[in-house]
Amino acid sequence: MANLTVKLHNLILKNPVMTASGTFGYGLEYEDFVPLHALGAIVVKGTTLQPREGNDYPRMAETPSGMLNCVGLQNKGVNHFVTHIYPELMKHDRRGDSSIDSHIIVNVSGNSPQTYAETAEKIDSLSGIPAIELNISCPNVKKGGMAFGVTPEGAASVVREVRRRFSKTLIVKLSPNVTDITSIAKACEAEGADALSLINTIMGMSIDIERRQPRLSIRTGGLSGPAIKPVALRMVYDVAHAVNLPVIGLGGISTPEDAIEFFMAGATAIQVGTANFIDPQVSLKIRDGISRWLDQHSCISLRDIIGCLE
Amino acid sequence: MKHILDLKVITVEQISVRYVLLKLTHPSPLPEIFPGQFVEVRVDSSPTIFLRRPISVNFLDRERNELWLLVAKVGSGTRSLASLKPGDTLNCILPLGKGFTMPRDFERMLLVGGGVGIAPLLLFGKLIKETGATPTFLLGARTAADIPELDNFKALGRVMITTEDGSLGEKGFVTMHSCLKTENYDRIATCGPKPMMMAVADFARKNSIVCEVSLENLMACGLGACLCCVEKTTQGNLCVCKEGPVFNINSLLW
Repeated sequence: MANLTVKLHNLILKNPVMTASGTFGYGLEYEDFVPLHALGAIVVKGTTLQPREGNDYPRMAETPSGMLNCVGLQNKGVNHFVTHIYPELMKHDRRGDSSIDSHIIVNVSGNSPQTYAETAEKIDSLSGIPAIELNISCPNVKKGGMAFGVTPEGAASVVREVRRRFSKTLIVKLSPNVTDITSIAKACEAEGADALSLINTIMGMSIDIERRQPRLSIRTGGLSGPAIKPVALRMVYDVAHAVNLPVIGLGGISTPEDAIEFFMAGATAIQVGTANFIDPQVSLKIRDGISRWLDQHSCISLRDIIGCLE
Repeated sequence: MKHILDLKVITVEQISVRYVLLKLTHPSPLPEIFPGQFVEVRVDSSPTIFLRRPISVNFLDRERNELWLLVAKVGSGTRSLASLKPGDTLNCILPLGKGFTMPRDFERMLLVGGGVGIAPLLLFGKLIKETGATPTFLLGARTAADIPELDNFKALGRVMITTEDGSLGEKGFVTMHSCLKTENYDRIATCGPKPMMMAVADFARKNSIVCEVSLENLMACGLGACLCCVEKTTQGNLCVCKEGPVFNINSLLW
């Protein structure tokens, strides 16, 4: 069987399949379907310094081969995560061995470089969390979120402040809602990011023509699902060739073949997002399908196909 | 525990222009399901019906190992469900959500349903009957043809009806039925259109009756992960799919 191990800076994943933030809860919501030790990593939902109620309902609209959402980072804040969720995650179906367990990665959001950094610092002290993913690309909050992710200077200001106060693996999640994603990627690299994940959702809109109203409470939201896969793949390809950091590819991945496209475009690992809503076990199927594909194509290691385009 | 099962379609009954009753089975015994819980069905893999559809459980026939889903043809997803044929398989995640609270001994309970919202009340009525009590149903619809499964309800207990056009039972809305003036209840469970449930909740509040309602907010995952189907409550935004779909009216802000 092919070796599925990949490395994100210092973080070794036993397989390249991660779940995307906001699509897999804290992993516990899916425990009837996916053992917590089966995946490379689980990225838990966006966490902020203070609790957030998120946006008003309706927060979702189905679109062809995808969906729009405007959840708006609803979460109970980092202190709640530290005192309630983290202990639960650490005792739950875990064996205390990082080579066996899925890594738990916390997605961190904020409204200023300082709040990002303060949240990151609190998570830095949790021995069971080896990495964070900085969300500088949420399209659904008015202040912060994507505002930082749309300019190289904004991205740099957040990464710089967090890097000073966070010692472990630092992943930065990039927004596709920009003119040149490689310039943002390079700015994150220059400030000490260890890996990049992309893409977050693409800004979109849907209208109920009978009521002459937008379907989402805040009018616009983030598009996810297979509809965005070609866009994501192109951006992963561009970024992987622009920086010397490992890139985590996501955006519409629903099958093992989708994942392999991202590896060939240069991704070291992938995240499965909206597809979890359609098939709660899809992450396991993608993991097994990648392994099968590598065996069928006589690849000894997943690393043989990363960035392997002729 | 939740399961993902490929259920086999046994029968597809076209009850009326609006409703279809799907009876589904599985080789192994179906899991325990409580009234008010729902299943997320994978309609098909067409690009325009991308997400699963939440459908409340209408009935569980233990002897035949059958799960019944009452489907109102309201959109492309439900119309596609209505076109299933016997022998087809339907991929379902079940059981999901928290159901209704069973009445305590001697509690006088009224089950109020409107339109397709009557669906979970059939299973609820069966469980109440199994405790030795007789369930009382108050069912409302626009017209007589829109009250499906009437014989099944009558077989379980007492059935009162309102229709907006007066074609069956008393004319008007459920909250105008004479039984609400002449009889006393300790507990109400209701499922139906939101304006109807709000009116029922209002009646319950005014008369100090314990009341639970079943909500049907738009949802994606059904598992409490995506946070799309939230309802504002006294405890903040809660997921209808996980913390509901059944809520006590005291925890709602309406």
